[in-house]
Amino acid sequence: MADRLPVSVAVNGTTYTREVEPRDLLVYFLREDLRLTGTHVGCDTSQCGACTVLLDGRPVKSCTLFAVQADGKTLTTIEGMAKNGELHPIQKAFWDEHGLQCGYCTPGFIMTASALLAKLPNPTEAQIRKGLEGNLCRCTGYVNIVRAVQSASAAMAARSAATPELVERGA
Amino acid sequence: MAVSQMIGARIQRREDPRLITGGGRYIEDLKPVGALTMALVRSPHPHARIRRINADAARALPGVVAVLVASDFKEVLKGSHPVAPAFVAEKLTVPDRYPIAADEVVFQGEPVVVVLAENRKLAVDAAEAVEVDYEPLPAVTDLFKALEPNSPKAHVNLVDNRAWDLTYAGEDTVSEAFARAEVVVKERVVQQRLAPTAMEPRGVVAEYSEYDGQLTLWLGTQNPHFIRLFVAGMLGMAETKVRVISEDVGGGFGSKISPYPEDYLVAAAARLLKRPVRWIETRSESIQATTHGRGQLFDVEIAAMRDGSLLALKVTQYLDTGAYVGTFGAFQACACLLAGGAYKWPGGVAARTVGVLTNRVPTDPYRGAGRPEATHNIERILDKLAHEIGMDPVAIRQKNFIQPDEFPFTNNFGLIYDSGNYQGAMDQAVQLVEYDAFRKRQAQARAEGRYLGIGISSWIEICGFGPSAATVGATGGLALIESAQVRIHPTGSAQVFVGTHAQGQGHETTFAQIAADTLGLPYESIEIRHGDTAEGAAFGYGTYGSRSLAVGGMAVRKTAKQVVAKAHKIAAHLLEAAPDDVVFDQGRFHVKGNPGTAKTMAEVAFASFGASLPEGVDHGLEATSYFDPPNFVWPFGTHICIVEVDPNTGSVNLEKYVAVDDCGEIINPLIVEGQLHGGIAQGIAQALFEEVSYDEETGQLLTGTLQDYLVPTANEIPTPVLGRTITPSPSNELGVKGIGEAGTIASSVAVINAIVDALQPLGITHIDMPASPDRLWQQIRAAQGAQA
Repeated sequence: MADRLPVSVAVNGTTYTREVEPRDLLVYFLREDLRLTGTHVGCDTSQCGACTVLLDGRPVKSCTLFAVQADGKTLTTIEGMAKNGELHPIQKAFWDEHGLQCGYCTPGFIMTASALLAKLPNPTEAQIRKGLEGNLCRCTGYVNIVRAVQSASAAMAARSAATPELVERGA
Repeated sequence: MAVSQMIGARIQRREDPRLITGGGRYIEDLKPVGALTMALVRSPHPHARIRRINADAARALPGVVAVLVASDFKEVLKGSHPVAPAFVAEKLTVPDRYPIAADEVVFQGEPVVVVLAENRKLAVDAAEAVEVDYEPLPAVTDLFKALEPNSPKAHVNLVDNRAWDLTYAGEDTVSEAFARAEVVVKERVVQQRLAPTAMEPRGVVAEYSEYDGQLTLWLGTQNPHFIRLFVAGMLGMAETKVRVISEDVGGGFGSKISPYPEDYLVAAAARLLKRPVRWIETRSESIQATTHGRGQLFDVEIAAMRDGSLLALKVTQYLDTGAYVGTFGAFQACACLLAGGAYKWPGGVAARTVGVLTNRVPTDPYRGAGRPEATHNIERILDKLAHEIGMDPVAIRQKNFIQPDEFPFTNNFGLIYDSGNYQGAMDQAVQLVEYDAFRKRQAQARAEGRYLGIGISSWIEICGFGPSAATVGATGGLALIESAQVRIHPTGSAQVFVGTHAQGQGHETTFAQIAADTLGLPYESIEIRHGDTAEGAAFGYGTYGSRSLAVGGMAVRKTAKQVVAKAHKIAAHLLEAAPDDVVFDQGRFHVKGNPGTAKTMAEVAFASFGASLPEGVDHGLEATSYFDPPNFVWPFGTHICIVEVDPNTGSVNLEKYVAVDDCGEIINPLIVEGQLHGGIAQGIAQALFEEVSYDEETGQLLTGTLQDYLVPTANEIPTPVLGRTITPSPSNELGVKGIGEAGTIASSVAVINAIVDALQPLGITHIDMPASPDRLWQQIRAAQGAQA
């Protein structure tokens, strides 16, 4: 049995300390050790993006990182997007625009979209498509995913204008 | 009144809140306490004899509970993988398929050794430690070579690689028409193998209880009841002792209809080891061992007059079945029966299907299954013919369409198209795409040395499987009807159990819309349940072939009406009126002419559990029924695509995509549009990107990951312009057809026709799929060379 190493990670605002094998992938650490099963595995080779989470605010494919690489870092997963029972504007936009069908790729898309909108709050359609190219969806033809990101961008802009103190959280 | 408006309402899906928050329950999310993980040692060879298996090192590893080979399953798994007659009742060769290879492996990825360990990592480690000594055998890798007498055989004991060879209508059917035709055009059309690539790979979790001899199987499937039937049969258990549960399913597209070896192996291992067992497929396993779609070649020949009148058609299908015949693989032969498409063939249609065994993973339905192939053939050859006689592709279609007043229309194989207005859909598409303006723009562009093209695809589809008389033979006894059970609880909330099972189609929403309007209850108080064989009616037939609404939705409608009929009697009793004097309107029962005094459905439900019931009426308010449709349903439409091809790189820019589809009446437009978006994307993907390829000599899979198998991203798929016509189906009272496969059926050939149209100045008359930059560039180069 391989040696185990301690890992301490803040996930969705809670700090977890666990011992892991050096070879343990971050996605399985989240899914199996922390039982956060909203992050999915779709390809094992970092093409599909179903496993996308935010690592210190940046989108990463958690199937291609070791859990130990997240030591001391801050993670956000799909389970951390809604706050106090209120959907994140991106989640709401995916719902409103029918941006999902089977839903398997959806958490990854939402996480990628949140990083995209943090960087480019008002992206063009081309920028959205480019920004989502690391995530695969088999159901929607991306049409309503793109619309969802556009509508989330508008909703977040309106919200920031109304309550400037929420700008940070919107990211 | 709100209750009367749910059918047709564009409402958000009720599935979504759990799926957008990480609360979905997919198969990998389930982990029973004490579950072992199964890993498989799979054949690295397309064809080989197993000489020896040495698992000593694997067994010695920590955490390994068992290493099992075929002989270890003999006592618990008895029988062979099921193969449905589908559209080929008489097959020549159907090799027996056991879930795990014993002496011979016949495709790369076939299970050879089962490893069970305390967790995933240990199971994978142990699988890698198993040594299997193989003697490679010659592999069958080419459809036509496979048919030659001296070809190697896909299994050593076969005398012929022909799985079937069935002529639906012989050459004599069309010989007179071909003899008098002024023009005959032919083409060989390739339908490359595709990996369905549901984003959630397959997975199975099983638990066996010694207490009551009950096996519970969780899996991601389109077809829970059939899986229960097959697994119970293979394990020699009564259906009552097997429960299949399928919760959220991350896409299917046909690849989760049939049972798989792993379903049986996980179930058997759980039974043998008396521990829960789970197996989750990796993507590499999925591309290797989950059924593929298409994998066909067609010879298509058309006979016509110079004025564009169509006479007759000949189609021969060569279908790569893979190493075993897929459970529903012969369904794809429907490409022959639908060969004539939306047109009339006074001189007949000849059709033959040949199933060919090769050393590859079996093929089975993939979105559209046979109908995209039929559409691709006819729409491709029609364009080639139009070009040959100098006729506009719109005009040739217009000249030969079945006309609205000719429905119901019986096609050359006796199938009855229920309703349609093919011309109406094409007219709208032509208008939306601004066809005439495009032709002018195209002429200008050509003068500037640019290659713009337009491609039309007028499609039809058979779906809504199906009427018992027509489908009972296809499955070997179980007609593809559908069940529903409706239960209203004392305070007026209702549960509807259906035998279909969604993988993203939104049935929890649309079926609730139907039930709400029919029962007169608020939409919010209706819950749709599916995917658990322990609930609802005794049997359900699953979700595939765009059948769920037209058959399953109708089962909901029919059953809900039975509940209303019973409620009507109770309401009359409560209102102290004769049932004939009571009307049911907007969820309320009242005496005719006196709407002020009424009983709501919820009040009637409460009363149905009380003491005062009319004579002869039992307690409770529930019903179970099955819907057997009188006919299939026949959606149709026209898609038109505009492309520009860059002759220097062979790349294709999809400039515009217009789709006008007719699926009859619509329950929820939001969902219909979503189905079209995704369907169109999958057809475009086949036209331009996707292909499972194998090395021609060694038979080795070359596209084993999503790095090599090109599923398009958001950068490659355009936003289509959607139009719509509505021609209700006369086959059911909702007037609905189906929309799950329409986009895929129509789109591949719209794209290819557009590319061919773009490249016509170079003398190019046909292009195979996928029209990758590499393929196009070579073809353009060759054409330019020929012209120079």
